Amino acid sequence: MTKTKINADLIKERSKCTFNITELTNLIDGGAHLTEERKKREEKVLKEGIHIDQVPSEYLSHKEKYELAIKKASLMFKLLRKWQEEENTGMENYRAVLGGALGSAILEDGSPLTLHYVMFIPTLMGQGTVEQQAYWIGRAFNVDIIGTYAQTELGHGTFVRGLETTATYDPKTKEFVLHSPSLTAYKWWPGGLAHTANYCIVMAQLYTAGKCHGIHAFIVQLRDEETHMPLPGIKVGEIGAKLGMNGTNNGFLGLEHVRIPREHMLMKNAKVLEDGTYVNSPSSKLTYGTMMFVRVVLVNDMCNYMAKAVTTATRYSAVRHQSQPKPDEPEPQILDYVTQQHKLFVGIASVHAFKLSANWLWNMYNNVTAELESGDMERLPELHALSCCLKAVSTADAAQCVERCRLACGGHGYMLSSNLPTSYGLVTAACTYEGENTVLLLQTARYLVKAWQQAAGASQLTPTVAYIRRVTSGRRAPPFDSSLTGLIDAFHTVAAGKIGLCVANIEKRQKEGLSYEDAWNMTSVQLTQASEAHCRAILLLTYHEQTEMQCKNASPELREVLSQLVDLYVVYWTLQCVGDLLRFTSISERDIERLQRWYEDLLSKLRPNAVGLVDAFDIRDEILHSALGAYDGRVYERLMEEALKSPLNAEPVNRSFHQYLKPLMQGKL
Amino acid sequence: MNVNKDLQNERNKCSFNVRELTEFIDGGKNRTLERKHIEKLILAQKDELFGGTPEDYLSHKEKYERAIQTNVIILKIVQDFMRDANGGDLTNYRDVLTTLLNFVVSREGTPFALHFMMFLPVFLSQADEEQQMEWLPRAWNCNIIGSYAQTELGHGTFIRGLETTATYDAATKEFVLHSPTVTSYKWWPGALGHTANYCVVVAQLHTKGQCHGIHSFIVQVRDEETHMPLAGIRVGEIGAKMGLNMINNGFIGFNHVRIPRRHLLMKHAQVLEDGTYVKSRNSKLNYGAMVFVRVVIVFDSVNYLSKAVTIATRFAAVRRQSQLKANEPECQIIDFLTQQHKLFIGIATCHALKMTATKLWDTFNEVQQQLRGGNLERLPELHALACCLKAVSTADTAALAEGGRRACGGHGYMRSSGLPQTCAVLDAACTFEGDNTVLLLQTARFLVKVWRGLDTLKLTPTVAYLRTTLTEGFNDKWENTVEGIIKGFQTVSMRKISECVSCMAKRIMSGMSQEEAWNMTSVQLVAAAESHCRVIIISYFHEEFVKVSSSFSPALRRVMKLLVELYTLYWALDKLQDLLKYTSISRTDTEQLQERYEDTLNALRPDAVGLVDAFDIMDEILQSTLGAYDGRVYERLMEEALKSPLNAEPVNRSFHQYLKPLMQGKL
Repeated sequence: MTKTKINADLIKERSKCTFNITELTNLIDGGAHLTEERKKREEKVLKEGIHIDQVPSEYLSHKEKYELAIKKASLMFKLLRKWQEEENTGMENYRAVLGGALGSAILEDGSPLTLHYVMFIPTLMGQGTVEQQAYWIGRAFNVDIIGTYAQTELGHGTFVRGLETTATYDPKTKEFVLHSPSLTAYKWWPGGLAHTANYCIVMAQLYTAGKCHGIHAFIVQLRDEETHMPLPGIKVGEIGAKLGMNGTNNGFLGLEHVRIPREHMLMKNAKVLEDGTYVNSPSSKLTYGTMMFVRVVLVNDMCNYMAKAVTTATRYSAVRHQSQPKPDEPEPQILDYVTQQHKLFVGIASVHAFKLSANWLWNMYNNVTAELESGDMERLPELHALSCCLKAVSTADAAQCVERCRLACGGHGYMLSSNLPTSYGLVTAACTYEGENTVLLLQTARYLVKAWQQAAGASQLTPTVAYIRRVTSGRRAPPFDSSLTGLIDAFHTVAAGKIGLCVANIEKRQKEGLSYEDAWNMTSVQLTQASEAHCRAILLLTYHEQTEMQCKNASPELREVLSQLVDLYVVYWTLQCVGDLLRFTSISERDIERLQRWYEDLLSKLRPNAVGLVDAFDIRDEILHSALGAYDGRVYERLMEEALKSPLNAEPVNRSFHQYLKPLMQGKL
Repeated sequence: MNVNKDLQNERNKCSFNVRELTEFIDGGKNRTLERKHIEKLILAQKDELFGGTPEDYLSHKEKYERAIQTNVIILKIVQDFMRDANGGDLTNYRDVLTTLLNFVVSREGTPFALHFMMFLPVFLSQADEEQQMEWLPRAWNCNIIGSYAQTELGHGTFIRGLETTATYDAATKEFVLHSPTVTSYKWWPGALGHTANYCVVVAQLHTKGQCHGIHSFIVQVRDEETHMPLAGIRVGEIGAKMGLNMINNGFIGFNHVRIPRRHLLMKHAQVLEDGTYVKSRNSKLNYGAMVFVRVVIVFDSVNYLSKAVTIATRFAAVRRQSQLKANEPECQIIDFLTQQHKLFIGIATCHALKMTATKLWDTFNEVQQQLRGGNLERLPELHALACCLKAVSTADTAALAEGGRRACGGHGYMRSSGLPQTCAVLDAACTFEGDNTVLLLQTARFLVKVWRGLDTLKLTPTVAYLRTTLTEGFNDKWENTVEGIIKGFQTVSMRKISECVSCMAKRIMSGMSQEEAWNMTSVQLVAAAESHCRVIIISYFHEEFVKVSSSFSPALRRVMKLLVELYTLYWALDKLQDLLKYTSISRTDTEQLQERYEDTLNALRPDAVGLVDAFDIMDEILQSTLGAYDGRVYERLMEEALKSPLNAEPVNRSFHQYLKPLMQGKL
């Protein structure tokens, strides 16, 4: 790597950082050996040069973008396969090249092969029988076939039971007949489905012996393995241009009485015998597995995008100078403005908060799935409720964080060469896919309302909702404690208060004559807010506790800055939710003023370490992909270099001048 | 037309006359007729304007070419119409401009926007009469196309920091324009890339060895015949953006470019032939164009938000999802309260901001009159008002449009829905023409000044409440009414300003400089300015409604009153923390507000589709698969998908090049 000249302001920032950046990087990665592994992997992939574009993809037509995506994805997976054969490095390589870190260096706007790895293979593993796995998974892992996963339909998303696609068993031929009875039944959205995949797992209503048994998974071949032509009865294509993720090749699929062998139904949990007899699943809850897995991965990926956005915006804020608060002094770095710190620093803290919470949830998930194998389902509803609200809050916060970082860069954040808009496109998509956020919050709310009712009785509450009983036990509000733990406690009080109020409102509406469902609906805005409050309480507590644990062996300098970040995060959210605290706790006006001072004080304390904190995310320039955020801070030079890559700039006069503009100006049009 | 049954049902049960509301929104029956006439002219050229491959599938360069092609047609239609209607003068300039903006058919903006939004207005406000005579007719007829270049690569907000220089050379009676560094390149001006041949350039004026600060110069950028950049000019486009890719934003650098002395716009300041600088009477006069543009931005933001809520509301009426009750059919998602919560505030916001902006516009014109008479008293107030209103309305409309987009689930992510492009336009407005945070701090500066002079200053109308609220106090009696909430917001705003001032005083006492204290308090100052703006919007919306509602039919009056209530309740609940902190509102009051909000959503539910129909945006302008008048949502989604060039072939060539070799292990 050639040494480039580094912007003087950035050098200054780095020299005044109070902690050891590598120590923090190692902590984030989970250990020095993991940092080293990551760096090795990044170097190995990037030295291949697959990520380098002659013309940046944002200047290409939609079709050219797809062709470029296929080229890069193919070369990438060829490389992965080679390594797999050489050293069998396990899943980590796959996760890395598919996620928002290394993966986005190669395909910054999504990959057409993502669903093959994230949904197709995991579903085979989760729902296929041992024989089915033996038959399919090897071929899939080797990319002999490319698969995707089709559930959502043009007219149906959230409400899975409402899917229209049917799979009807024909015992005479021992086949299932898959069919899309209407336009709204067309599968719509699956990544890679349009022109990439040749196999697909299709979710459909299973009919056998004249009876519907609900939705089940089927493997359908879409395209000929040699010619790639769609098979008879299969109508497949792409759904069109989107806000972002235009590399993912999302597709539609219509099935016209397509016959597949009986063995193509995934039969780990439920079976159809040769004669058409349906054998029930031991537990329908088992199919939640893949969904949970995807959500946990998703929260982690949100952290990647937030880390990229705050890295870009923080470095840019150190380089950019603007205005003159004091006459006759030079223009200050915009990072010195408290309003700018207010926009950025909470973003840095959020990355840590969500990352630690995601890890915590991951561990819990593993514990629960271990219990599942032994048939213990007790904590499944709690885990489900938790993953729902955490997915909703993390995607919403991440979208807000990336957007705020973009706005904090002023107009330049609007340039695609800043990479902030593309990141936003990917993050905001997550607010509606894999469970729409409002719907998910209402699912959590359902669990919370149940827990509230349990708290009133004598039954045991699961750990993450145990706080409800503390509040329902009826003691009067204690004097407000504005220490860190006091604030976290207050969030639990707020959450419990909100749940309680929702329950009371539902009951009140019922007394006025509404049915339970209508009363629920009339209260649903408040229910989503209660759910969010619950999630905030858990996030704050987890972030605080996990940081304490993580910091046990850290140097005092690092411990100090990490605990400042926790303080900042908790005080930020306290001030954000101060209305809730005023309603449900004994916080006073003076407490609030003190918190505001504390907050401003924390911003000042974190200011000198801001660049160090984002440097510690250790995101390589190729992955960051941003004219504003590169390590060397050559912001303006890079903006200009990128602009000059636009094909429009290759000619001084565009042909439309002669065709339209000149005739217009000369009155001859 | 085959209209979706659910939408037809909605329209059947609408309680008011949609046409009546449309005419009110347009500003009168004649205006509605005028608009529809232009729509007819546009539809007559439908194939040229809307045919071919949808713009979303084109390359960046092709998009630009398409933009020039279609916008030239629209421009001619509007120009011809306005010439016929107004005899070609400039009296209805705002009408021309807003009409043009209304009919932008490319969803990523138009390269002609800046010509009308900045180039012409700058001439009107900064050129002397002779210069206006020379340039305006040519510009007005589009014989030349202009842009306005102020922002530089390294300098935006802080205008005094601009680096471009214009040095007077008395020997040749010319100015020499120069860009001394890469950060001094002009960066962002619309149309500057490959479209404009003239440009107003803002530069530091140097004459007789002295710098006189920034002034505006007219510079020819390209040859009128060949369109080639002139000598010494380095011009091009700045590259792909999040949205607005048809605006053709450009950069420009000057290498000692010479222009005649009379190319300095000389209404307020002059450089005489010998190089003598003659000072402007009042430097504040330059604010005029800025206030003008900001008001136009508010109107334009409302346009885009009304598109977004039209799309999301119609889609919510067509889309069915989940069962509210077991064994019942899946319900329209508009029946979910959470959905109403996301959408109806958007409808109310369109009206609230439009009425506020209209009032600001009228005030602007009044003040312009006073300015001519030398009365500058209300200029700072107007400037402060335009600043916060621009900031709050662009932030609100962007957030609500994004909320509407997400309320359409995944389908709102499709570009064929029109929502991503709409959101991208609104997002851009948050940082252009004054970054929102910076603007709010300007308003805050005005408020702090007013507060410090509260006892002695003569208060202008929009801040008069500060004194009355302070002296009357809050009476300790909270009222759960629109008037009560407005009073509450006034108290909040007053208290926040007062708190900022005392907080700064404390910090100065503890040894900070004035500027440091300001910076440390700036997060709170921003919040105070926002609160002030909320007072203005909510009270204007309420007052204007009361004023105009007497001319409404009872049915329309009822539904508009609901919208005013909804808007007020929504913001009261959203800013509950302020009300709880600064007013005597009780916990029971807040619970009642919440319940009333929910009941108001319910009351508006049957009229939701009627309310967005009243925006009367024709399908060709709306350009949305999800929002078309007939509600054929799914059919349109599929039809649009099939227009993708990728779908023209069953197998893409990349299969043979890469995928097949990959799968067969031969890559």
